[in-house]
Amino acid sequence: MSIKLENVNYIYEDGTINRFRALKDINLEVNDGEFVGLIGHTGSGKSTLIQHFNGLVKPTEGVVSYNGEDIFGEKYNRKNLRLEVGLVFQYPEHQLFEAEVLQDVAFGPRNQGLSEKEALIKAKEALALVGIGENYYNKSPFELSGGEKRKVAIAGILAMEPKILILDEPTAGLDPKGRDNILELLKRIHGERKITVILVSHSMEDIAKYVDRMIVMNKGSIMYDDSPKKIFRYHKELEEIGLAAPQITYLMQRLKESGYDVDENATTIEEALKGLNINA
Amino acid sequence: MMSNIIRTKNLIHDYPKCDEDGNVIGSYRALDDVNIEIEQGSFVAVLGHNGSGKSTFAKHLNAILYPTEGCVWVNGYDTSAEEDVWNVRQSAGMVFQNPDNQIIGTVVEEDVAFGPENMGVKTKEIWDRVNYALNAVRMNAYREHSPNKLSGGQKQRVAIAGVVAMRPKCIILDEPTAMLDPVGRKEVISTIKHLNKTEGITVILITHYMDEVIDADRVYVMNNAKVEMQGTPREIFSNVEKLKEIGLDVPQVTELAYELRKRGISMRDGILTIDEFVEEYGRLVK
Amino acid sequence: MLKDITIGQYYRENSIIHRLDPRVKLFGTMVFLVSLFVADNIFGYIIATLALLGVIKLSRVPFKFIVRGLKAIVILLLISVSFNLFTTPGTIIWKFGILKLTYEGIYNAFFMAVRLIYLIIGSSLMTLTTTPNDLTDGLEKALGFLNKIKIPVHEIAMMMSIALRFIPILMEETDKIMKAQRARGADFESGGVLRRAKSMVPILVPLLISAFRRANDLATAMDARCYRGGEGRTKMKPLRYKKGDGIAYLVYVIYLGLIVGANYL
Repeated sequence: MSIKLENVNYIYEDGTINRFRALKDINLEVNDGEFVGLIGHTGSGKSTLIQHFNGLVKPTEGVVSYNGEDIFGEKYNRKNLRLEVGLVFQYPEHQLFEAEVLQDVAFGPRNQGLSEKEALIKAKEALALVGIGENYYNKSPFELSGGEKRKVAIAGILAMEPKILILDEPTAGLDPKGRDNILELLKRIHGERKITVILVSHSMEDIAKYVDRMIVMNKGSIMYDDSPKKIFRYHKELEEIGLAAPQITYLMQRLKESGYDVDENATTIEEALKGLNINA
Repeated sequence: MMSNIIRTKNLIHDYPKCDEDGNVIGSYRALDDVNIEIEQGSFVAVLGHNGSGKSTFAKHLNAILYPTEGCVWVNGYDTSAEEDVWNVRQSAGMVFQNPDNQIIGTVVEEDVAFGPENMGVKTKEIWDRVNYALNAVRMNAYREHSPNKLSGGQKQRVAIAGVVAMRPKCIILDEPTAMLDPVGRKEVISTIKHLNKTEGITVILITHYMDEVIDADRVYVMNNAKVEMQGTPREIFSNVEKLKEIGLDVPQVTELAYELRKRGISMRDGILTIDEFVEEYGRLVK
Repeated sequence: MLKDITIGQYYRENSIIHRLDPRVKLFGTMVFLVSLFVADNIFGYIIATLALLGVIKLSRVPFKFIVRGLKAIVILLLISVSFNLFTTPGTIIWKFGILKLTYEGIYNAFFMAVRLIYLIIGSSLMTLTTTPNDLTDGLEKALGFLNKIKIPVHEIAMMMSIALRFIPILMEETDKIMKAQRARGADFESGGVLRRAKSMVPILVPLLISAFRRANDLATAMDARCYRGGEGRTKMKPLRYKKGDGIAYLVYVIYLGLIVGANYL
């Protein structure tokens, strides 16, 4: 079970003056059960990239395959693919449309061809998973708080029981509490449902804390694809493309440069506590 | 009192609560006895999670909302006096969260001119003000562009220029960076600081990003409709426990120092920067 | 799909026509449209054709750009031509059932087609050479007299320019919502008319909500920037007549005179 991109190129509005090469020779494989962070500044191509994963966008050149099959092959059922590869867009709460929370979440399962009863069961399971209780089922999505709306929207994708879950900046616009809530939720789902999670984020601190593998995009190409710890060593290069390593990385490197015996590769607070080699 | 550009006294704001038919069945208190004084020329930050009342507070400073009880004075004008509404709005400009939903013009320079045009400023002076404002936010090179083609940070700077062109004494920014990427956030914050330092405009920054408030002169932390903490950034960040309880972040170095202290290491309070941490660490391991 | 619409598009150039005051161009378009209905023989149409070609040349807008706007009216054109061809009474040339082709019909159909084509070319020439902003400014100023009969001209112009700013944003948003719903398994392509109409609900509801949210935000932002209607408002770029504009008006008078004169030939 994997998504594989081979020599993928994508060109916007080919043949016009607006022609823009959004993806350049992308080669990438995401394996089962990975928790991947995808990072890059606005316009780096990461949004275009994730739309290739579920066939919403067709590459101008190259092959995208899922479980070994070319998803743009003649007989390939892309509608099914979209149910297996769930994509949560930015500000997903803006796509809620039903009058009641439960009905909205059941939209996906219904499109999967499930019976009304089954669709509602799936919707209830998904809501339980994101921590939205029964008392919310019949509420209008528009009465909820920002964080709750977002959870409902994510449940809308989870109800389809995707094997791969892709989220485009799921914490944008939320406050710290809302952000931690969503990230903890993703970590739990990743563990419980054993699904692949691809997280697009701007926050290096979040990436460092949650993901095993990190992909850095710049100008349509993959710049780094490695563990966060290894990538943060290139913090100078990251800065050049408008990104930065977590503050902890800078601190540990400064301490090392000042001649102290610390672990300069620590990237999270937990690691730093160990790596500082200081005792009461 | 003259040096205070903004002053609130026992400010209370209630939103009406309605049932499904639209009948008022009660009220919800969004601001509860808020007393704040903001000095002319200062850089003030208001922190709080969503729903803490900080946005409601911002809307009071621009006479978009009026106090249920208590008073708000902006540049000496009482915001609840109807005849002074335009004076209040000219004295205290406002920048909102979503950059797309506050740009009116289809060309950058024309959008910046919108405020002065409404105020009835003469054509020649409008041009002077637009030039000045676009230079102040460093967007002069884009003056003839369409706002739709700009990045989020650039749009937000245009929105700031639109306010600057009204020559306000004070600018209130309601989560101006919440929808931006890190590059855009940096652009906007450095623009705001520049306006405060070199143009002497009072800045009130409402945010939940902690790293944006480190350079503020004064920080107010709102929680449950009340001002829960106030002081210099150092004073505020000395109280990591309370900030966490409220649901706010602290910079990573501050948190690390706090964790070390919890483990019995005698790190000092209120470390805000890497430099401070390195210095303190050096003192400890020696 | 939506990108193909060229009516209302602006073509960036710096020609004499581009530099004219928008009011002059609005009035000129009116004069031209009227002249098409005043002219009643071939000489009048020759004058109109020459005038149109002259303006196109002066505007420096490529001819293919202007013709592209005609695509939108091909069907309308065909309908009105065939209607005129077969229903005008007169000397019959050819007959099939109730369809009668007459000399008068050919004559009428020809002039109808020319009128329609010139009408579209004339008005797209105006939008191609005038920025949307100038156009709304021009309309506001030219129709200012309607204020006296309580028509809120300024407000209408303001609405037009806000619409111009938000149309691209909402188009982008529609695209995004469609993709997001497709990611939830929505299908907009298959099924009958009714099913397809129903499948639009998950797009239209979020779009409408978003439009309202934007409108609400925008209203607050306009309030905060001291907007209080057109009264007492000044302009960064006020419309002022220049020398060329006066000459243009003079040309209009001569043109109309020629058209009317041609009718007596």
